[in-house]
Amino acid sequence: MPDQIILQVTRYRPERELEPTTQEYEIPLHEEWAVLDGLNHVKDQLDGTLSYRWSCRMGICGSCGMTVNGEPRLTCATFLTDYRPGPIRIEPLRNFPVIRDLVVEIGDFMQKLPKVKPWLIRDDDTTAPDGELLQTPAELDEYKQYSMCINCMLCYSACPIVGLDEGFLGPAVMALAQRYNLDSRDEGADERMDLLSTAEGVWGCTFVGECTTACPKGVDPAGAIQRYKLTAAAESLRSFLLPWRSA
Amino acid sequence: MVGEAGAAHDVLVIGGGGAGLRAAIAVAEADARLSVAVVSKVYPMRSHTVSAEGGAAGVIRSADSLEQHAHDTVSGGDWLCDQEAVEAFVAEAPRELLRLEHWGCPWSREPDGHVAVRPFGGMKQHRTWFAADKTGFHMLHTLFQTSLKYERITRYDEWYVTRLLVDDGRVRGVVALELMSGRIETITAKAVILCTGGCGRVYPFTTNANIKTGDGMALAYRAGAPLKDMEFVQYHPTGLPFTGILITEAARSEGGWLLNKDGYRYLQDYDLGKPEPTPVLKSMELGPRDRLSQAFVKEVEKGRTIDGPHGPVVHLDLRHLGEQLITAKLPFVRELCLEYEGIDPVRQLVPVRPVVHYMMGGVHTDINGATPLPGLYAAGETACVSINGANRLGSNSLPECLVFGARAGRTAAEYATSAASAEPSTPVRAQVADERRRLDELLHRDGGREPISAIRTEMQQAVEEGAGIYRSADSLAKAADKLGELRERYAVARIDDHSRTFNTEFIAALELSCMLDVAETIVRCAQLREESRGAHQRIDFPARDDERFLANSLIYRSAEGASRVEYLPVTITRWPPAERVYGR
Amino acid sequence: MSANYTEFHPRWYRPRMSVFWWVGRRSYLVFVLRELSSVFVAWSVVFLLLLVHAVSQGGKQYQQFLNLSSNPWMLALNVVTLAFLVFHAITWFNLAPQAMVVRLRRKRVPRSRIAGAHYAVWALLSALAAWLIVG
Repeated sequence: MPDQIILQVTRYRPERELEPTTQEYEIPLHEEWAVLDGLNHVKDQLDGTLSYRWSCRMGICGSCGMTVNGEPRLTCATFLTDYRPGPIRIEPLRNFPVIRDLVVEIGDFMQKLPKVKPWLIRDDDTTAPDGELLQTPAELDEYKQYSMCINCMLCYSACPIVGLDEGFLGPAVMALAQRYNLDSRDEGADERMDLLSTAEGVWGCTFVGECTTACPKGVDPAGAIQRYKLTAAAESLRSFLLPWRSA
Repeated sequence: MVGEAGAAHDVLVIGGGGAGLRAAIAVAEADARLSVAVVSKVYPMRSHTVSAEGGAAGVIRSADSLEQHAHDTVSGGDWLCDQEAVEAFVAEAPRELLRLEHWGCPWSREPDGHVAVRPFGGMKQHRTWFAADKTGFHMLHTLFQTSLKYERITRYDEWYVTRLLVDDGRVRGVVALELMSGRIETITAKAVILCTGGCGRVYPFTTNANIKTGDGMALAYRAGAPLKDMEFVQYHPTGLPFTGILITEAARSEGGWLLNKDGYRYLQDYDLGKPEPTPVLKSMELGPRDRLSQAFVKEVEKGRTIDGPHGPVVHLDLRHLGEQLITAKLPFVRELCLEYEGIDPVRQLVPVRPVVHYMMGGVHTDINGATPLPGLYAAGETACVSINGANRLGSNSLPECLVFGARAGRTAAEYATSAASAEPSTPVRAQVADERRRLDELLHRDGGREPISAIRTEMQQAVEEGAGIYRSADSLAKAADKLGELRERYAVARIDDHSRTFNTEFIAALELSCMLDVAETIVRCAQLREESRGAHQRIDFPARDDERFLANSLIYRSAEGASRVEYLPVTITRWPPAERVYGR
Repeated sequence: MSANYTEFHPRWYRPRMSVFWWVGRRSYLVFVLRELSSVFVAWSVVFLLLLVHAVSQGGKQYQQFLNLSSNPWMLALNVVTLAFLVFHAITWFNLAPQAMVVRLRRKRVPRSRIAGAHYAVWALLSALAAWLIVG
């Protein structure tokens, strides 16, 4: 007979309440269960009305981000036994509007992402490429880390600026912009600079660094943003000192 | 661009994964005047394409040839593949992969900057392109981010399609439910492309995500389009026990070994070659997935597997590969083993067992992704062209999404350009009203009996026992009976959540009804195919029977009673059926 | 049921961010203190300029400055300032490697080396200053 553990889960049903409440569930404490397995047990056996997002359960799709004991975590990669003897508080991700229970609205991110043009910008025609664009392993290493973002939004949940400033682009968006800026095949760094080098972009970041701490994939968005500050500052200086030189 | 309710589009793509996004881009590029939309029940970057690890096959080495790739695929599929389609596929795969490279996909490289390729199961040459061991992830994110370039592509994120609308023999659009608000709307379209993936969640132990519930297959089936080759379910040989998380075939192609409890590379006993210290193509651990999974079952019967806390397992040995190689080529594998098993593959053996992974079967389409129902197309795992036949080779399904996603997109675009648009007719409006009634009844059902989860678990158990790696007339008959019983119990199932806002219990109920339909087709087709071929193994009919069954099974829904099954002879162009040879 | 809830758009719950958002969490508190330390950096620059000015005026001004500096409040302020300066330097040096990606012969220079280099230069300059003043 396995031990039990208590989950204190945020509930919010807009059709009948104005504010979230907390509901407790007691579940078995299995060694191999992730917090997500616990939630699935609740939904399948105890309370079918609990809503939350999940899909791959292997930490790659980014669906299951929630606040667990105050920290933004992927619930599929966070284990119940780490919180023994409990209780475990499970809340929706911070800094996002809550739609229902543990489901948050990420439309803001979806709107901000296209603004930094997160695609390869090149002049040539790609409809029938002859061969690959050459890229050495060293060139791949330059941006590889920033390409690992699974869009899980834990960094947005951790960043206080995201909570304080609605227009702030946010860590993941800027890390993805850098992923393309640093890709040797990309020719669009200039196009991205206008938006990135603004108060909504990198200059809004005060290097709290929590985004990097929260990131489950080691993307280091804080690093990406600070590096871009150096790039943008260097570019400003250059255009000031040598205005006739186009960037 | 996010869509408005009650909208009309020229082409509607259902599913925003590899195939869906590629199709949408193809439509946008084919004709800038066409209105194209993608409807997905999850945000596109959550689609299951994201979990694919190993790689995508495309001929680029000079020693390689399209003919070899095609032959590997045809023999890998135990000759059930449509050879004309396979030839078209292998020719377009490298072009699609190159296009993706130009869109920014971070393929792993040789020191000189060219794209690197690795060996893979069942392939005679190195031709599998890879992005470390997160190929699907990188491909999906590249496609998604590239799709953002095309402002013409409208997206309906977190909308669930519940029904296809058909009138006058043509597809007219869909009825869809917005998860956030629960509202039900009609989206009309001249052409609809189903890219909803497979249905691994019909089984209890699967690599597949929660969202793989065969929705598109059920939609097509209910609309009158046939499903093809449903009995062919692929078990991937190496999944982690309990979670079912995939350990990519690349672990074996980089040199991993499969060992039984005596530390013996048991595959040598199953006509898969002789063990060598380094991987030999098309031999031993690089044999085809169906044979490897079947070997596991035999080892269990002989009592030579290891007893784990979640059932029998064998061991994947990567220790001899060394930390440097594992970090460079298999970093995600190492992460997954550490996280979910507490095991470091650099130093320890990894417990693995076969796990349901892929559906060779699906919505019947031609070489251009068109189903027999005008206006309805399908691509990716949802579709069955068939290029995978009775068993898919690893690293063929990612390029399949690209090649057939693009083809379906282009063909649907052409169709939509010439098709006349129309206001929803009376029959269509009647179908919409009917659908609203059905959904409302389910949502507001009072006093149902069992919860959805209970019926789902029993369905999964029944399908695994009846239609697992090895089947028999008996086991299949039992499963068929059970599914019939479950269908009745589903009709009076209990819904506890009657709200409209993001009601995931309601969606689970709808998904379960799709899975019940799909499960029935799997069992029925397996019952009627009295031979063993590829992934479909019958204990009572152990041999391949080319006389009667060198054909794809087509299953049509019937209004009453058992569904109707027909057989479509396989298109043999260059390679007459022969013995599948591995390891010699 | 509030009027804000409509059938087609559920009322999202938007929690307000408290003015004291930084108090509850150690990492946020450390961040705010770090930012605050720049005030003390500014003060130390002002103090240094005052010192230089006093020295340049010589004699009486210099003595006045020394008297001011030995005032217990001023002393307390400067001790606190020194603490914040050290805190400022340490946090800056530890964060610097995240912003500076230096590659030597294709491999990325490890973070500890970059931070270490900062500390080394700091120690060197401090030693030089000490030698100039004391030696």
